[in-house]
Amino acid sequence: MLLNVKNLTKSYAGPDGTVPVLRGVDVTLGTGETLALTGESGSGKSTLLHLVGGLDRADAGEIWIDGRDVAQLGDAGRAALRRSQVGVIFQQFNLIPSMTVAANIAFHARLAGQSDAAREEALARALGLTEQMHKYPEQLSGGQQQRVAIARTLAARPSLILADEPTGNLDEGTAAEVIDQMLALVTEAGSALMMVTHSMALAKRMGRQLHLSQGQLT
Amino acid sequence: MTAAGLSALWSHWWRNKLQLATLLAGLALATALWSGVQAINSEARASYDAAAAVLGEGQFDQLVPGRGEAIALETYVALRRAGWQVSPVVEGEIGVAGTRARIVGVDPLTAPGGSGTSVLTTPPEPQDFLGTGVIFAHPSVAEGLSARVKQKVIADPGVAPDTALMDIGVAGQILERSSLSSLIVWPEQPMGRAPLSDIAPDLVRQSAQETAEVGRLTDSFHLNLTAFGLLSFVVGLFIVHGTIGLAFEQRRGMVRTLRALGMPLSRLIGVLALEMAGFAIVAGGIGVLLGYVIAAALLPDVAMTLEGLYGAQISGALQLRPDWWLTGLGIAFAGTLIAASGALWRIAKMPLLASPGGRAWAVASGRTRGLLGLSALVLLAIAAGLIVAGQGLLLAFAGLGALLFGAALALPALLDRALALAAGLAKGVRAQWFWADTRQQVPGLSLALMALLLAAAANIGVSTMVSSFRLTFVEFLDQRLASGLYIQAESAEQASRVEGFLQPRTDEIMPLLYVDTRLAGAPAELYGVRVGATYRENWGFLAATDAAWEDVAQGEAVGINEQMARRAGLWVGDTLRVAPQVQLPIAGVFGDYGNPIGQAVVSEALFLTQYPEVRPTRFGIRVGDKDAMRAELLAFGLKEPQIIDQQVIKDFSLSVFERTFTVTAALNVLTLSVAGFAILTSLLTLAAIRVPQLAPAWAMGFTRAGLGKLELLRAVILAALTMVLAIPLGLILAWVLLAVVNVEAFGWRLPMFVFPLDYATLAGLGILAAALAALWPARRLARTPPADLLKVFSNER
Repeated sequence: MLLNVKNLTKSYAGPDGTVPVLRGVDVTLGTGETLALTGESGSGKSTLLHLVGGLDRADAGEIWIDGRDVAQLGDAGRAALRRSQVGVIFQQFNLIPSMTVAANIAFHARLAGQSDAAREEALARALGLTEQMHKYPEQLSGGQQQRVAIARTLAARPSLILADEPTGNLDEGTAAEVIDQMLALVTEAGSALMMVTHSMALAKRMGRQLHLSQGQLT
Repeated sequence: MTAAGLSALWSHWWRNKLQLATLLAGLALATALWSGVQAINSEARASYDAAAAVLGEGQFDQLVPGRGEAIALETYVALRRAGWQVSPVVEGEIGVAGTRARIVGVDPLTAPGGSGTSVLTTPPEPQDFLGTGVIFAHPSVAEGLSARVKQKVIADPGVAPDTALMDIGVAGQILERSSLSSLIVWPEQPMGRAPLSDIAPDLVRQSAQETAEVGRLTDSFHLNLTAFGLLSFVVGLFIVHGTIGLAFEQRRGMVRTLRALGMPLSRLIGVLALEMAGFAIVAGGIGVLLGYVIAAALLPDVAMTLEGLYGAQISGALQLRPDWWLTGLGIAFAGTLIAASGALWRIAKMPLLASPGGRAWAVASGRTRGLLGLSALVLLAIAAGLIVAGQGLLLAFAGLGALLFGAALALPALLDRALALAAGLAKGVRAQWFWADTRQQVPGLSLALMALLLAAAANIGVSTMVSSFRLTFVEFLDQRLASGLYIQAESAEQASRVEGFLQPRTDEIMPLLYVDTRLAGAPAELYGVRVGATYRENWGFLAATDAAWEDVAQGEAVGINEQMARRAGLWVGDTLRVAPQVQLPIAGVFGDYGNPIGQAVVSEALFLTQYPEVRPTRFGIRVGDKDAMRAELLAFGLKEPQIIDQQVIKDFSLSVFERTFTVTAALNVLTLSVAGFAILTSLLTLAAIRVPQLAPAWAMGFTRAGLGKLELLRAVILAALTMVLAIPLGLILAWVLLAVVNVEAFGWRLPMFVFPLDYATLAGLGILAAALAALWPARRLARTPPADLLKVFSNER
C-alpha cells in the first residue's frame, strides 16, 4: 500500500476554543490508484491533504507513505518526502511568478535532483504549453497556469500526487479540459492521485470517492 | 537543490531590477559614507603613528627646553657624561616647493629601538645614513627637498607626511643650527646618576604619555567624524532594511512554494543568507570604492583642519589600505545582516501554510506602532539619563544615539497623530479620503521618513554646532588678536632692545612671558601679562569678579582658561596655586577655543618674582599704522618672519575653520541625499502595492492624473511634517554637542546660537528632495494603464 492513514486527528485553536477538524480518519491508497475526497467547506478535506503531504502536523494518528511514517519525520524529512515522493497541486497554482513557464515546469524536478529536459518538453507539449515556455505566469490565463503546475508536479515523477481543488479557479470548460489532461498523464506516469474537490462529476471520474463530514469519513 | 533555490530567488531580482538596484545602491551608499570616513580616520592615524614613531613619541620620555627652543650641545654632553642615556634630536622646518617640510635629525647610534630609522620601509646602511648623509623623505616632499639640498634624497612612505629624516649632522647643516631640539630618554637608565635638576635645570622631562598628546586630542575629532559616518551608515541601512523587507514580503508566496515543493527551511534560510552575502560583497565593494572617492575629496580639507587645530600633520593624499577595504566590506556584511535579520526571522517563523499575502508589508498594525512608541519612550528616557548624568565622551555619544533612535522610532506615531488630526478637520469627502489614505501610507514610508528625520536633525545639529563655533571663534579671535602686530625676537637681548625701540612708538606693548609648568595637577602654561587697555577691553571672561583684571594686575588674583576650570573643577572664587609659595583666588575664567592645554594668567610683575630668569621674546603691540611700523621694525633690524600681522593669523585660523565647514557641509549634503534616495526607493517599491489601494478611488471618479498629483502632495506633506519634527530634534542634538560632547572632548562649552533662516532653507531642501523623489513614482502612477487598474477587480490578479 502506497498510502496508509490511520486514526488521524487534527484540531485548530479558534476564538471560542479548540475546533476539531479531523476525528479519527483512516484512508488507504495503492500505487496508480485515484481517490476523490469530497465534502462541504470546513469538513477537513484540505487539512487531510496537507497532513498527508507533510505540510502540517497531525495531533494524533499515523500517516504511512511507502513504508515511512510521515508523522515521525522532522521538518527536513518531510521536506525530502515532498521533494521526491509527493507532489502537491494547489488551487492557487503557486507558481514562481518571477520564473518563466519552462523554468517553473523544471523547478520541482531540479529540486529533487532529477531534471529531465525531454520529459519536461513532452509534458509541456501534452499540456499545450509549448508556445508559452518563455512567458511568465502573470502572462498566462488561469487554465494555462494550472497546466504549468500540473506539468511541474509530473516532471518530478512523484509516486503520490495530492491535488487540492485544482480546478477551483477555472471555468467549467477549462476545468474539464485540464482534468482530462491531468488524469491521462497521471495514469501514464503510474502515480497515485488523491484529489480534493467539490465537484461530484469530477469525483466520479476517480477510482474511489470518500466523503468527509465534520471531520469524519462517511 | 541549492542551485535551484538560488535560481528561484534570483529570478525575483531579475524581474524586479529596479528593486535590486535600490538595494545595492542603498547598501553601497551606506558603506561608502562609512568607509569614506573610516578611510580618512585610517589615513590620519597612520600619519600620526608615522610622525610619532620618528621620535618614539608615546614610547619614550623626552627632555625638552623649559624655555626657548634650543638645548645647547654642552648640555647634551654633560648629561651623557653624568650617565644619562639620551639621544639627541634636531628638528625644524624649511620651505620646500611651496610647502613646508619638517626636518628631523636623529643619531642612529644612540637612538633607542623603535625610533629614528626604524620607521623606514627599507632600513638604510649605516654608511649611507651617517657617511654620505642620505636623506629619507616622505614622497610628498622628497622631490622638492632633493632640489633644495645637495644630499641624496630617497622617497620612503614609512616617513611621516611632509617629513624628512636624516642624520643629526645633516639636519644641523640644513637648518643652520648647532643646538639640539630635544633629547630622547632611554627607558633603562643607570642607577645613581646625577639628577636632571643638577645637570640641566633648564630642561623639562616630558613623559611618554604627554608626548602622545596629538593622538589623544585628535581622537575627539575622529570620534566626531566616526559618529557622522555611523549616522550616515544608519540612514543608508534604513533604505536597505526597507528594500529587503519588501522583497521578502513579495517573495512570501515563493518561499511557501519552495517549501511545499520540498526545500527544507534550514536550506532555504541558508540560501537566502547566501543571496544576501552576495549582495553585501557586490554593494560593499562598490561602497568601498565610492568611499575612497569621498575620502579622497575630503581628505585635503580634513588634513588642513587637523593641522590648524592640533598641529597634527597628515598626508593630504589617500592610500588604499587593506584594513579599511576589509572594514568596509565587513560593515556592508554587518549592515546587510542587520537589515535582513528581521525578514529572515519572519521567514523562519512563517508557517508553511501561511497565506502569501497574509501580512501586508506596508500596513503595520496598531500593536506594532504601540511597540515602536514604547521603544521610543524607553530610548528617549535612556538618552536623557546618559546626556544629563553620563560621564565621558563615549556615554555622551551613546546618549546621542539613543536620542536619535528614540526620536526616529517615535516618528510613525507622531505622524499618525498629526494626520488623524488633519483627517478630523477635513471637510470634503475627497479630503477625508486623502488624509485617511495618507495615514495608511505612513507605515510603508516610515523607514524612509525616519532616515529623512535623522539626516535633517544631524544636519541641523552639526550645522548649529559648527556655526555657533564659528561665531564664538571669530569673536574670540577679535579679542585675542586685537593687538595688531606680534613680534618674535631671536633672543632675550634682542627683545629688550626692540622693546626699548617700541616704547615711544606704540600705543601699548604686551610682552608675553610664559613657562610650561604643572597647575592643578596637570601640565599647563603659566603666562605673565602686562595688563593694559587691550586686555581690559578685549579679553572677555565667561565668568569673573567685578574687578577681575584689576585684581590680576595687582598680583592679587589669577585668570584661568575654561579647559583648566572644567578639568580641575575650579571656578571664580576658588584658589589656584600658581607657584610653590603663591596661591591666588581665581578672578575670572576666560574662553580659550582651539587650545587644549590649561592656561593661567597672572600679572607680569608677579610672574617675574617667581621666574626672574624668564625674559620675554615675544610681544604684541598696538599701533595705528601697522605697515609703517613694520617698515620701521625692518629698518631697525628685524627680519620679515619676526613680524607677524595678527590679521594674517586670524585669516589663517578662519580658513582652517572654513575647511572644517567644507567637510561638514559635504557630509551633510551626502547624508541628506541618502535620505532623499531612501524616500525615492520607498515610493518606488510601494508603487507596486499602491495600485490595488488606488484602483477603487479611480473607479469612483478620481482621474489617474489627479491621483498622481495627490501622491506628490502626500510625499510633500509627510516630508514637511518630518522636517517640522527634525528642527527641535536637531536643536537638542546641537545643544548636546555644544554643552556635553564639546566639554567632554575639548574641555570648553560653547554658547549656542540659532539660525532660523538656515533651518527654513534646510526644511525647504528636505521637502524639495521628497518632492523630487516622489515625482517619478507619481508620474508612473498617473500613467498606469486602465487595464492594470481593472485587474484589481478581477480574479486574475
